[in-house]
Amino acid sequence: MESQKPAGLLYGTASAPSGAGSLKPANMAVTYCFSRLATALVAVLLLSFGSVAASHVEDQAEQFFRSGHTNNWAVLVCTSRFWFNYRHVANTLSVYRSVKRLGIPDSHIVLMLADDMACNPRNPKPATVFSHKNMELNVYGDDVEVDYRSYEVTVENFLRVLTGRIPPSTPRSKRLLSDDRSNILIYMTGHGGNGFLKFQDSEEITNIELADAFEQMWQKRRYNELLFIIDTCQGASMYERFYSPNIMALASSQVGEDSLSHQPDPAIGVHLMDRYTFYVLEFLEEINPASQTNMNDLFQVCPKSLCVSTPGHRTDLFQRDPKNVLITDFFGSVRKVEITTETINLQQGSEIMESSYKEDQMDEEAMEPLKYAEQLPVAQIIHQKPKLKDWHPPGGFILGLWALIIMVFFKTYGIKHMKFIF
Amino acid sequence: WDYRRALPYLAFFCLFFFKMEFRSCCPGWSACCLPFSSCYFLTLPDKMKIKCRFQKAYRRALDHEEEALSSGSVQEAEAMLDEPQEQAEGSLTVYMISEHSSLLPQDMMSYIGPKRTAVVRGIMHREAFNIIGRRIVQVAQAMSLTEDVLAAALADHLPEDKWSAEKRRPLKSSLGYEITFSLLNPDPKSHDVHWDIEGAVRRYVQPFLNALSAAGNFSVDSQILYYAMLGVNPRFDSASSSYYLDMHNLPHVINPVESRLGSSAASLYPVLNFLLYVPELAHSPLYIQDKDGAPVATNAFHSPRWGGIMVYNVDSKTYNASVLPVRVEVDMVRVMEVFLAQLRLLFGIAQPQVPPKCLLSGPKSEGLMTWELDRLLWARSVENLATATTTLTSLAQLLGKISNIVIKDDVASEVYRAVAAVQKSAGELASGHLASAFVASQEAVTSSERAFFDPSLLHLLYFPDDQKFAIYIPLFLPMAVPILLSLVKIFLETHKSWKKPEKTD
Repeated sequence: MESQKPAGLLYGTASAPSGAGSLKPANMAVTYCFSRLATALVAVLLLSFGSVAASHVEDQAEQFFRSGHTNNWAVLVCTSRFWFNYRHVANTLSVYRSVKRLGIPDSHIVLMLADDMACNPRNPKPATVFSHKNMELNVYGDDVEVDYRSYEVTVENFLRVLTGRIPPSTPRSKRLLSDDRSNILIYMTGHGGNGFLKFQDSEEITNIELADAFEQMWQKRRYNELLFIIDTCQGASMYERFYSPNIMALASSQVGEDSLSHQPDPAIGVHLMDRYTFYVLEFLEEINPASQTNMNDLFQVCPKSLCVSTPGHRTDLFQRDPKNVLITDFFGSVRKVEITTETINLQQGSEIMESSYKEDQMDEEAMEPLKYAEQLPVAQIIHQKPKLKDWHPPGGFILGLWALIIMVFFKTYGIKHMKFIF
Repeated sequence: WDYRRALPYLAFFCLFFFKMEFRSCCPGWSACCLPFSSCYFLTLPDKMKIKCRFQKAYRRALDHEEEALSSGSVQEAEAMLDEPQEQAEGSLTVYMISEHSSLLPQDMMSYIGPKRTAVVRGIMHREAFNIIGRRIVQVAQAMSLTEDVLAAALADHLPEDKWSAEKRRPLKSSLGYEITFSLLNPDPKSHDVHWDIEGAVRRYVQPFLNALSAAGNFSVDSQILYYAMLGVNPRFDSASSSYYLDMHNLPHVINPVESRLGSSAASLYPVLNFLLYVPELAHSPLYIQDKDGAPVATNAFHSPRWGGIMVYNVDSKTYNASVLPVRVEVDMVRVMEVFLAQLRLLFGIAQPQVPPKCLLSGPKSEGLMTWELDRLLWARSVENLATATTTLTSLAQLLGKISNIVIKDDVASEVYRAVAAVQKSAGELASGHLASAFVASQEAVTSSERAFFDPSLLHLLYFPDDQKFAIYIPLFLPMAVPILLSLVKIFLETHKSWKKPEKTD
């Protein structure tokens, strides 16, 4: 550790010459000038040393406040279905787009959309999801990869993704394979209430379950730091119960307040975005992978005048100061990089190299022309005759159904009709 | 069925044990008088103490050993002393030579060799035994466990210490690893790049991985990517008429390339990517500058837990008078030197703390010294034991907190198996069998993770008390009112019928 000269020393020496002025007036001027010169020199020296020390201190401070993560993950969840909840899908897709633009690859994003708006039959502009009136920004894009779609977005699947208790047959794109050095961004949007969030109009996740899921993740060190953003009515109730370390949470409204939507679009016919996410998207559009904007700026996004609801945030569980946390620590994927300074000495086997090179050349010439392997016996399939299925007598259900119909008929119209059958 | 088994308290003072054998060829030395204790403590942060024990064995050097130790240089001595059988993992052989021997350079007091051997110079002095004893302990500690290796292995479970890059760099312990070599050619119109990757892997990488095979399964693959650009535009430096990439730009190079590598789809094991980038003609030659502005000698950089990238500049002589595209044969030796060094760093093969006045031999042709493998196995075993223990403890805590989780039989058997493996591994570590301890610790981690991440352990039902009242009261209260009233009526009637006979009698 460098010894750090505190900057206070500078001030200490600068105030020294004031005592020198009490000598005789003739010498006083000379000695005063001389001492002034000396102290000026000393001050200059100390200043230069101080700046050197300050840069060392700055370097170390930079190191200290930098996050300890090596990779980034994002879990983006939209929990509502039906066409009039278009704005929730647009919210999630805008965050997806920003996160991808800032560098997190698709393999590290778990995107859950509860309904398909882009290909919804009621969408007048198919294959697009707009986030702004006048259709300025199509957040659906060309390379969206949705991991959990429509009815797969359930509370159970969401908790399975978070805690990692996934059946072994789940494909890799549906897993959250984070480790202890991952920063995870979790964004949820939909309809919510005091202490719960509604999934698919049929089930709910409570804030206690969410807090327990995060605690499970912490126990198994599945995250280094977690940023939880929620855009629903009474969103702040969802982060009240968190108790695991290294979690920072943002919500679009306090308990008792509703989060409002931004603006409807007359052509599409529904509200396109929620206010909070709209302003967050505007904020994120100005961030690039190298920017140094920190979390305090994100807390200021969407004040009450624009958002009508009061956004809230919770940082008491987070160890670093939010002003030292970069936006790209969670929304982007900036890797830590070190220069390689050492090499290993390998002995060269040059003769071996030449002979193997010749072997490779000969191999190339001697290879057969490539052809496709026989994969399907196409001729056989085309000319097959349809298989005759064996005839089975009708099963119990059909029999029972017919018996019921006949009984009802004869009950209604009287038993005398039976004689026409027999 | 539900069980609540009290997990055994795995006290974390496991013993580490290794054997040291002294072979002395100095006359008049009775090495058994060396006064260093055979037991010392390593202290980790958070007041955790780990006890290490030596087992010492002494003998005089045999004739052929004496002959070898009197040869001219250490390397010849090493070659002659080559044991027919490999020494067991976790053991050390220390040769003591006389003060005036010319085996080591005059100012060097000790030497650490690549194959679990060390040479220490004896002296004639009043304090000889103390000094030599200290030297031997230093050498032994350099070749075996030290506190920083242990602290790095246990980094998850100790209080955070944010400013050490060394602790974040290595890959976590896993059953297997996948290594991918990729050649990126952004400009196939100008460069027709050929690399003999299969030969290079066979000759340089495979021996290294074979030496490391005790630490896990390795699989190697390679690919060539065309038109894969770096995400950053290099700047032109007119002084050297070359292009350079600043250190600040390096973190942004990796992301655009990563999506094209396709490495994560291949397997569930952690992947290390090594990229060789041949810059396009318009940006040749391309150098990487460190933060002082000087070009880096290796022209390569690496990212912890991800891999490394090296920039390979095509020799300008190949452009003379030839038609594009020029055929480029990549010099695999240069490339593999850098990649193997990066692989060592990314794998966590730490630089040892070399004691003063000690000569450290370079690694063998495989790139790995045998005692470095021992250190890695020790560190990995400790890490696995810590992970398995914390997993089982948190599983027990989870069961304590949520009372309606059902434990199936197979989950229970995995837990029992994990506990048995942890105990076995700790026992093997204490008796010095490093290889079997490592295998047992891996088994412990696998079983404990399988038990913890079993899909059936998902607890979904949070049912607060006020909701219970809200659901059941509207159903049961109306039903209960007539039942209660009729019960009261029955009771009153029977009471009256009991009383009546008394009255008539």
